[in-house]
Amino acid sequence: MTAETTTATTSATTAPRVSANDPGRVIRLGISRIRYEVRAYFRQGDGVFFVFLFPLVMLTIFSVAFSKATFGRFPNGDAVTAADFYLPAMLGAGLLLSGLQNMSIDIAGEKSDGTLKRLGGSPLPVVSYFIGKIGQVIVTGILQAALLIAFAGLVFGVALPTDGAKWATFAWVFLLGVTTSAVLGIGLSAIPRSGKSATAVIIPITLVLQFISGVYIGFSQLPTWLQNVASVFPLKWMAQGMRSVFLPDAFKTAEVGGSWDLGSIALVCGIWFVVGLVVCRLTFRWIRKDG
Amino acid sequence: MEGMAETRGTDTVVEVRDLRKSYGAFTALDGVSFDIARGETFALLGPNGAGKSTTIEILEGYRARSGGEARVLGVDPQHGGVEWKARLGIVLQNTGETGNVTVREQLAHFAGMYANPRGVDEVIRMVGLERQEKTLIRRLSGGQRRRVDVALGVIGRPELLFLDEPTTGFDPEARRSFWELIRLLKSEGTSILLTTHYLDEAAQLSDRAGVIAGGRLIDIGRIDEIGGAEARVPIVRWTDADGIPREQRTARPGEFVARLLADGPEPGGLEIVRPSLEDVYLTLVAQHSTTTSLETEPVR
Repeated sequence: MTAETTTATTSATTAPRVSANDPGRVIRLGISRIRYEVRAYFRQGDGVFFVFLFPLVMLTIFSVAFSKATFGRFPNGDAVTAADFYLPAMLGAGLLLSGLQNMSIDIAGEKSDGTLKRLGGSPLPVVSYFIGKIGQVIVTGILQAALLIAFAGLVFGVALPTDGAKWATFAWVFLLGVTTSAVLGIGLSAIPRSGKSATAVIIPITLVLQFISGVYIGFSQLPTWLQNVASVFPLKWMAQGMRSVFLPDAFKTAEVGGSWDLGSIALVCGIWFVVGLVVCRLTFRWIRKDG
Repeated sequence: MEGMAETRGTDTVVEVRDLRKSYGAFTALDGVSFDIARGETFALLGPNGAGKSTTIEILEGYRARSGGEARVLGVDPQHGGVEWKARLGIVLQNTGETGNVTVREQLAHFAGMYANPRGVDEVIRMVGLERQEKTLIRRLSGGQRRRVDVALGVIGRPELLFLDEPTTGFDPEARRSFWELIRLLKSEGTSILLTTHYLDEAAQLSDRAGVIAGGRLIDIGRIDEIGGAEARVPIVRWTDADGIPREQRTARPGEFVARLLADGPEPGGLEIVRPSLEDVYLTLVAQHSTTTSLETEPVR
């Protein structure tokens, strides 16, 4: 026993140690978390339906329900159909669902089912955990948007932009939107008191945001005061960015101020992203120490 | 703290002095002190709500203490970082993750967090989940999930392993193989802090034990000495001629039985029992609750 103990002591002191301030390790584990999270995401049946496929279902409903209506004309004279009109709206909704709704419900659940407690006792850096979560949102968000765009194009014949600049706008609005949404979701996960109540607490927030941000109802149809309220939150700007990509340029006259205002989109989302990230880093706890 | 270090030197992995924890008016821990030496297996025993889990969770860094001192691998657990956590293995009392990953995926993922982990195959074999390695964790039985918890606790080759009621939900066979696993870890020099409700388990695995009741350590010592020599005096039990069950503690049970036989007819249901750890423990806890109720009596 004594001999064994001595060997163990020596091997323990010479054994390689984990270093806290090793950025390579933080990133390597972050990437490992992304793979782990994405895999687990697609294996949970209900989440895939309510978050991942929801915008697709809504696009189908709107396109079918308003199939007789026209929403304006493209420069070549083609009618803007319900599918054309609602594709950017649903892409905006997807950003909110895949990021904010998915993350806040997911993490609140992890808090109550013991996932975070286990991770908190493991040598996983908090930053790697965040990378994993944000990465999961980006990956699932991209797949969701690709599916939505392909479906709209193939099934509803939505004319997709051919201009590279439009797609560049799409890329940055999408990436900024989805990461901002993810960060805000991580922050909001602190609000529900339990994993079970998370859905009931979070869904009303996202639903109200969608209604006042021009996702389900045209933004120009809202009263000015409500437009002003919605303009504080990032979803209005994400949806506006998506409209600038997929709707004819003439539609910008319907926007507040008569332009797509890409600069404000970047500014508002950017502020929410940075503030959200700082708040998450400062307030995130694996568990409440005195729970 | 300097004084503490001098008493046990560098071979102490856990040092606890006068540990206190209260939640509002409720005192969960009322001054608990013990040490665990490197390579030692220490069992913390006590009834539900006695403060075992509170103690272990303070040492794991999950809870903040209200008073006293604690050092785990030389670090204050309230300020333990990632480097410190990499040297620990933690098997929590309750886990209930959604488990949308397979056993192998889960182990491989956690192995990646440590500098020198055990092989995933090796750990799967150690806990006997070879046939379930490709099964989603949520599809496992309670006992199988518990084995995954144990596997995650040992995969990083911890210097110190915390086991909070590790064999809950195990069938007797699984418990025996778990004991084998713990003996292997002990032979490798792993220090272990164990809580359990199975006293045979504590007797099989641990070198020393502490008995905690009402937030206080009521006894501490080597597993074969706990409770004192008195508590280990053999007991003779029999049923007398009137059918009344009798028992007698005696250091010379052979002599006592001989006398019993000489005095009368063959006694019914005769047995000589050496108190097991369980008997000793139950006596200790019963004594404790009697003294506490006597202490509080005059107040009422």
